[in-house]
Amino acid sequence: MSTVTGVQGEEREEYTKAESRWIRARSLRLLGSLLQPLRAQLWLTMAVIVVSTGAQVAGPAIIAYGIDQGLPALMRQDWMPIGLAGLAYLVTGAVGAFLIAWYIRLAARVSQSVLIELRTRVFLHTQKLSLEFHESYTSGRIISRQTSDLDAIRELMDEGINQLVRGVLYMLFTAIALVWLDWLSGLLLLVTLLPLAVLTRWFQVRSQRLFRRSRVASAKLIVQFVETMTGIRAVQAFRTERRNERVFGDLVEDYRDVNAKALGLFAVYNPALNFMGYVAVAAVLLVGGFRAVDGAIEVGVLLAAVLYTKRFFDPMEELAMFYNSYQSAASALEKISGVLEEQPSVPDPADPVDLWTADGRVRFEGVEFAYTADRVVLPRFDLDVPAGQTVALVGSTGAGKSTLAKLISRFYDPSDGVVELDGVDLRRMHPKDLRRAIVMVTQEAYLFSGSVADNIALGKPEASFEEIVAAAQAVGAHEFIEGLPNGYDTDVNKRGGRVSAGQRQLISFARAFLADPAVLILDEATSSLDIPSERLVQEGLQTLLADRTAVIIAHRLSTVAIADRVLVMEHGRIVEDGSPDELIGGTGRFAALHAAWRDSLV
Amino acid sequence: MTATHPTLHPPQPARLGTVRALMRLRAYVGPAMAAIVASMAAYLVAQLIALAIPQVLESIVDGPLADGDRAAVVPLSLLVLALGAGEAAMFALRRWLVIGPTTRVEARMRDALYAKLQDLPVSFHDRWPSGQLLSRAVSDLGLIRRWLAFGLVLLVMNLVVIVVGAAILISMSWMLGLIYLACSIPLWIVGYRFEGRYSEVSRRSQDQSGDLATAVEESVHGIRVLKAFGRGKHALTSFRARAEELRSTEIEKARLDASIWVWILVVPAVALAVCLVLGVVLASQGELTVGQLVAFFATAAVLAWPIESIGFLLAFSLDARTATDRYFDIMDTENEVTDPGQPVRVERPRGELAFRDVRFRYQDSPERFGDLLDGIELVLEPGETMALVGLTGSGKTTMTALATRLYDVTAGSVELDGVDVRALSREELRRHIAMAFEDATLFSASVRDNVLLGRPELTGDAASDPAVAAEAERVLEEALRIAQAGFAYGLPDGVDTKVGEEGMSLSGGQRQRLALARAVAADPAVLVLDDPLSALDVATEANVEAELRTVLASTTALIVAHRPSTVMLADRVALLEDGRITAVGTHSELLRESEHYRFVISSLEDEQRRVRADASDLIEDELTAPVETKEAIR
Repeated sequence: MSTVTGVQGEEREEYTKAESRWIRARSLRLLGSLLQPLRAQLWLTMAVIVVSTGAQVAGPAIIAYGIDQGLPALMRQDWMPIGLAGLAYLVTGAVGAFLIAWYIRLAARVSQSVLIELRTRVFLHTQKLSLEFHESYTSGRIISRQTSDLDAIRELMDEGINQLVRGVLYMLFTAIALVWLDWLSGLLLLVTLLPLAVLTRWFQVRSQRLFRRSRVASAKLIVQFVETMTGIRAVQAFRTERRNERVFGDLVEDYRDVNAKALGLFAVYNPALNFMGYVAVAAVLLVGGFRAVDGAIEVGVLLAAVLYTKRFFDPMEELAMFYNSYQSAASALEKISGVLEEQPSVPDPADPVDLWTADGRVRFEGVEFAYTADRVVLPRFDLDVPAGQTVALVGSTGAGKSTLAKLISRFYDPSDGVVELDGVDLRRMHPKDLRRAIVMVTQEAYLFSGSVADNIALGKPEASFEEIVAAAQAVGAHEFIEGLPNGYDTDVNKRGGRVSAGQRQLISFARAFLADPAVLILDEATSSLDIPSERLVQEGLQTLLADRTAVIIAHRLSTVAIADRVLVMEHGRIVEDGSPDELIGGTGRFAALHAAWRDSLV
Repeated sequence: MTATHPTLHPPQPARLGTVRALMRLRAYVGPAMAAIVASMAAYLVAQLIALAIPQVLESIVDGPLADGDRAAVVPLSLLVLALGAGEAAMFALRRWLVIGPTTRVEARMRDALYAKLQDLPVSFHDRWPSGQLLSRAVSDLGLIRRWLAFGLVLLVMNLVVIVVGAAILISMSWMLGLIYLACSIPLWIVGYRFEGRYSEVSRRSQDQSGDLATAVEESVHGIRVLKAFGRGKHALTSFRARAEELRSTEIEKARLDASIWVWILVVPAVALAVCLVLGVVLASQGELTVGQLVAFFATAAVLAWPIESIGFLLAFSLDARTATDRYFDIMDTENEVTDPGQPVRVERPRGELAFRDVRFRYQDSPERFGDLLDGIELVLEPGETMALVGLTGSGKTTMTALATRLYDVTAGSVELDGVDVRALSREELRRHIAMAFEDATLFSASVRDNVLLGRPELTGDAASDPAVAAEAERVLEEALRIAQAGFAYGLPDGVDTKVGEEGMSLSGGQRQRLALARAVAADPAVLVLDDPLSALDVATEANVEAELRTVLASTTALIVAHRPSTVMLADRVALLEDGRITAVGTHSELLRESEHYRFVISSLEDEQRRVRADASDLIEDELTAPVETKEAIR
């Protein structure tokens, strides 16, 4: 089923029979593997709920016994039957109550174990998947797999299944009790099942449609709302308030409309259930009344039959809703199983070569990189960067500089050829060794929520506070950090809220400095710095790069000054290679670029 | 990466009593009140019918069954059917009556909240994360609607039903009735306390799910960093810790849930067991008929739900009160950036923008820091282009935001053509002054609508007029050309491609260029550009600058600049230092005269060059040359 392997075809509306079979089998396998270790707990949980429901359902039958047997016996001064009935009512009530409580706790444990296992698996797998996958699948989708899809499953596990099991058992036991008590009343109840099924099916089909529309409507509403609030500056600056109010007003009305329709559906279904219950009660009463007059059944049995019949319909509304939560959970699980089926295109080696300390010699041998056969990004090339050399990569956007950098840091693997560190194929290195030896700092300096110090410490989790400060000082970030409201303890908030783009880059520099790798790759890492910061960083860079291999990509050629060697790239090829002075002095592309850049300065 | 989440506590107004707090909803609920009362009446009738049915059972048992009269069973059974139909009809009515009115109340409140939020100034939005606002607009209002339609109706009427039901039970047998009622009181207390604790735990669970979602988002958005440093394990540890927290909260929730079920099942079981024994004893002594005994249990079955629900409904009301408070927190916020009562009109502004002794500080800035802007004096002549230069964090962006009143000055004034900007309506002011932000915001709409955002007269329904459509096309094309955003024509649907959150994702540079095009397309008297070229590469930046010159020739402009190349667009440069404008002049003047300016604007390379140039005494010509070129263009 190559058409739906992994996340392929995930957004499609329709699948062929074979495809949906494949997808369903895949998600069932996943479910099975999650439940497998919990088998024993599952059986216990089932046993508890069966006994508990049985005990709960016994009530009316005991009342019937009390009235029919207890009353005549008491007339004869025999206290035994009524005492027994009272005791039985108490005991079944208590047993039912405590067992249901136990069941709720057991069920929560099972479902929480499944959820945490599933969360962890998806999280780990997401981290393992290569950058290539993330770039094409997009962050929004991978996040909703891990948030809204998991919520759908959680909802089903927490409420849906709980209600399903309890509701179905309750109806089943009630029906059994009724048949056992008075088979004719039981038969009457079973007759009502048919219209009940028709009514419920009608409700399900409509409610499912309405709920889907409601979700779409609320999603639209939320997007409009959040966009307005996050873009409030632009909203106010361009006076779009009135227009937004019209758009939002329409969305609110759509949402209201679909909600009102859904509520209207409940306003039909619930009373209809109620009415059907009374039809059944009236029928039981009529037939039971005749039989009681004839002496075929006792009065107490008639009462119990009425109570059972009325109670039989109680769980129906929730059961009808089960289908909705089941459907969304099933499609969520299908999508998640697709993500888990994706294989990382940059896999960890089975038996890694040991490379504890690296010198930092980087070599490309016969390397080629292509997304597909007809989209070659880097045609075959060789390159040798001796340990300790600082290399600047220069060229226009799309020339392949970043791809080359990503090959060194093993965000991608080459389509052909070998990338080596100290003579070891990167693909054979242990990820731990690889990440300690080679670190890449990118333009979009991402900050995680937490303090500034936490963010720097990411480079070396065991670092002391002094080391963190030293790293910040080395890259010239110390001053601005000290100026923040709480210094190093300042919370950077979500996505670096209060910290400017330039400051974010300084923090990520400090992070890299602290990591102290043998090979450092800077991909446009100084682009957002203002000039004084850039100057500081450049001073810091001299020391930072002194005894390590470095690859620097920069639009602004000021950075090139500190390089030992410049590579000019064009259309994926290295077209010039030499020391900065050689190239500036020459007549090649770099000399022209450099002249243009100098003119742009002043 | 500790488990911190932004906990902002905006000022809380003094607490009102629950009833009075909920009474504040009156302003919105007014039109729905009649329907809610009618719904209450329908519910009461339904419940009274339900209470009547056991009486019919009693007459069946004590009548035909005792007398052996088969024929009499038929009409009584049909009576039950008729009563049942009546009850179902009333139930339907109860729901139907409130659907329209209460959903309309919800919609009206939502619209009002949105309008209020759009009106509130940026300083308010700085304090309130959008997630906080969203939960008010969506879940809180949904809760209020449900409370109005169900909670309020059921709370009031169930109390009535319990009273009526109790009277019936007591009239059958005062002893049985009192025992049953006495046993139900603990359920109210337990139910009420349970709901309080339960909603606390479920709020915690919601917060923790939010934290977990944040951990997920960060692990995805920061995947390059995590991979680059090999910190996947590290991220997993913190993710795991949060997931475990959530798990134990969920299990605690289940434990609470389990304990309430024990009460809900055990208390009635005890009550009914006692009533069963006692009832049979009473019947054996002839104090009760068998029919009454049957009716007693049937009535108890009807009353079970109203009794169980009281505690839950009380807690529901408390939640509704919290939601109401949260709603009015925002609605009651006083807007400090408002339109004047009698706005001054500036029909055709010349475009003189003046900052006069402007002071500004953020409301939440710590005491120990002085005012961010501390007496700004700056005048932009009509048509002049002024670059604003200063260190990161010196207040350049803030200063630009004052011009269009995204913030209001703390003291002093900003004037357009000599008129205080606070004397104009915000609508008019913002028509005259257009902005582009460094952090370019695109909305989920087509490129066309995003760029023509400031020209509503050219978009939407107006564009069905061919003349208007042609003008729109022209403006769009020109703006995209100036901003070097021609890539938009190459998008899958050209300029009709949807961008923003819901649409195609664009690079930072592309978004910035569209935001610049938007400011240019607005065709304002004054352009305010906050470092509009920061994400562009050198070649694109140069092209944008070349095109911008034509626009800037006729428009007053204030441009925040970080690079010498951007500064070159300007006639004059203002240097912002320690909250004041410390120097104004041409680029070359400032380079010559201001140490701080040289520090801010010139790179290492540049300085070296200047040293060399000084030596050869050529500096003067070289520096003034570009300025002259610019003069020539104007």
